[in-house]
Amino acid sequence: MNMKEEALLRVENLTKIFKTGFLGKGEKIIAVNDVSFFLKKGEVLSLIGESGSGKTTIARLILKLLKPTSGRIYYEDTDIWEISDKAYWRKVQAIFQDPYASFNSFYKVERTLKNVFKLFPDKVSEGEKDKKVHEALEKIGLNPKEVLGKHPFELSGGQMQRLLLARCLIIDPEVIIADEPTSMVDASMRVILLNIFKELSKKADKSIIFITHDISQAFYISDRVLVMYRGRIVENGPVEQILFSPQHPYTKRLISDVPKLHEKFKFTLT
Amino acid sequence: MKMSLVLEARHIEGGYDLGSSFLKAVDDCSLYAYEGEMLGVAGESGCGKSTLAKLIMGLTKPPLRLVKGKSIIDDIDVYKLSWNERKKILWGKVVTMIPQASMNALNPTKKIKDVVFDVVREKYSTPPSKSEILDMAKKRFDEIGLDPVALDMYPIELSGGMKQRAIIAISTLLNPSFLIADEPTSALDVSTQKLLLELLYMLIKRNIVKTLIFISHDIATLRQICDKMCIMYAGKILEISDTEDVINRPLHPYTEKLMESVIPLIPSIRKKTLKGIPGAPPNLLNPPSGCRFHPRCRYAMPLCKEKEPPLREAKKGRFVSCWLHLG
Ligand SMILES: Nc1ncnc2c1ncn2[C@@H]1O[C@H](COP(=O)(O)OP(=O)(O)OP(=O)(O)O)[C@@H](O)[C@H]1O
Ligand SMILES: Nc1ncnc2c1ncn2[C@@H]1O[C@H](COP(=O)(O)OP(=O)(O)O)[C@@H](O)[C@H]1O
Ligand code: SF4
Ligand SMILES: [Mg+2]
Ligand SMILES: [Mg+2]
Repeated sequence: MNMKEEALLRVENLTKIFKTGFLGKGEKIIAVNDVSFFLKKGEVLSLIGESGSGKTTIARLILKLLKPTSGRIYYEDTDIWEISDKAYWRKVQAIFQDPYASFNSFYKVERTLKNVFKLFPDKVSEGEKDKKVHEALEKIGLNPKEVLGKHPFELSGGQMQRLLLARCLIIDPEVIIADEPTSMVDASMRVILLNIFKELSKKADKSIIFITHDISQAFYISDRVLVMYRGRIVENGPVEQILFSPQHPYTKRLISDVPKLHEKFKFTLT
Repeated sequence: MKMSLVLEARHIEGGYDLGSSFLKAVDDCSLYAYEGEMLGVAGESGCGKSTLAKLIMGLTKPPLRLVKGKSIIDDIDVYKLSWNERKKILWGKVVTMIPQASMNALNPTKKIKDVVFDVVREKYSTPPSKSEILDMAKKRFDEIGLDPVALDMYPIELSGGMKQRAIIAISTLLNPSFLIADEPTSALDVSTQKLLLELLYMLIKRNIVKTLIFISHDIATLRQICDKMCIMYAGKILEISDTEDVINRPLHPYTEKLMESVIPLIPSIRKKTLKGIPGAPPNLLNPPSGCRFHPRCRYAMPLCKEKEPPLREAKKGRFVSCWLHLG
């Protein structure tokens, strides 16, 4: 069996062009340019690249939040646009970069979390809902009493990011796309969240697409890494290969520009 | 030569009125900063970093309120000034904050130069002429490596890195001696982040600003330019020391755990499991008794639950709030 046949999710020649300006008459932006890759079951795949390189656009395309300009995405060999939204979103979920945009700010956290049970095919009892919500919150280190009665704007960015992960844990999808899910938490919480992703892949056989511009996080959790630059994949391979022998100059820059705890940048005043 | 004190914040306590309760986000925090110093403030999300910055500057817009304490910036006693006086003589001229999420702070319908005019005019009863303001702006844009043609552009025409520069140029236009940067890099990718760090470093080295407080939850980022670091947890300052000491010889158990959680860029890291700090940060409406870190501390002793450790100088130049070090 070749690798492609094992793939749970397959992206083929994906391109997304945005037209800016009034009525789309302005410039064209090729946000994603002929991108192909696959994701295996139980695998953590990282998508690394600078801001604007097209990472979030790929996430939105995979989630069916955007229509591709061309190219296809298959989930278990079925084109995702042939699967009903409800059925697809049970299987594929995301944690987005801007946590506030993902939660309705008029609803309290409890309502938003419980709304996810609408995606479930069978009716879930109130008691069961409470239990699942509490379990998920405890797992990510949030106190249910402290957050359930709050509105998003009353929570810090880090708390919101963790709530998004909790929401994901309740839905229990097969594929999780995490778009810079730790940008607002400190080092100790970051490690805890990354460990949850690792555990989901290794113990529960979930597949994860982890999007980041921080190469050290990508190396910590992933099996394979894709490096994106201006809408294209410029490098693709296992962690060791990319760290020891990066081929593309952009990958080299990513590695040298990440701030390291035991090394100081040398700035020379010009 | 003894450096002069630019910031003297003593026993600051403050927080948010939430109708029926008061959320004390900052509790008894004292912080000094000297001329030429770059001070990093680290701590997890929600621990009170932004709130402390606002209280230091006197940005007490309800529901935020100062309960106790004193903040002196460049010999100006902040809370002796009325709100309007702070606006006229303090903010922008003596102290400036680059707020969190400032990348989106520029009005998309205004050209950069119009933002500049607004900012400058607000500070003077008889403002300088447009061409004078434009000259000031061009000079500052030049100094920080941003082509002054950007003044004639709309925010959307600038890249992320250029926007960041524009915001810094505008914030420092009136030559404040003291700059507070609140998470200026968190939303940026590593390469843009590095440029911004270099920029902040240059502002100090070129004496454009005298003192910088740099707030971030990312210690590896802070350490690149900060000489000193202040570690916050649940509204309290736990440790203040030289950066090298905090990183290599942390005193507080929280700092120690924090350093162990930073992911090193080595391939074998994939096979390891870093621990993080088990448990959750406390609820500020009802913080733990005694030392606020005690429910998560591996060294906690009976005393820790009962009595709060004060922030004291445990070794020369090293301040820490932990009973292990305060014998
Ligand atoms: N406008 C507000 N109204 C009510 N509570 C607030 C408000 N702003 C902040 N808080 C609360 O005050 C506490 C400290 O918040 P603060 O914004 O100072 O944290 P921070 O350390 O800057 O966090 P982050 O790293 O996420 O920016 C948190 O519990 C937060 O929920
Ligand atoms: N809705 C949109 N309309 C127009 N341009 C967009 C839109 N969304 C993204 N873009 C552009 O597409 C490119 C890739 O963006 P994005 O996928 O968000 O990058 P990343 O997540 O890697 O930072 C950028 O140039 C961005 O400005
Ligand atoms: S005071 Fe006690 S509980 Fe607090 S950090 Fe020190 S040893 Fe741990
Ligand atoms: Mg993005
Ligand atoms: Mg903040």
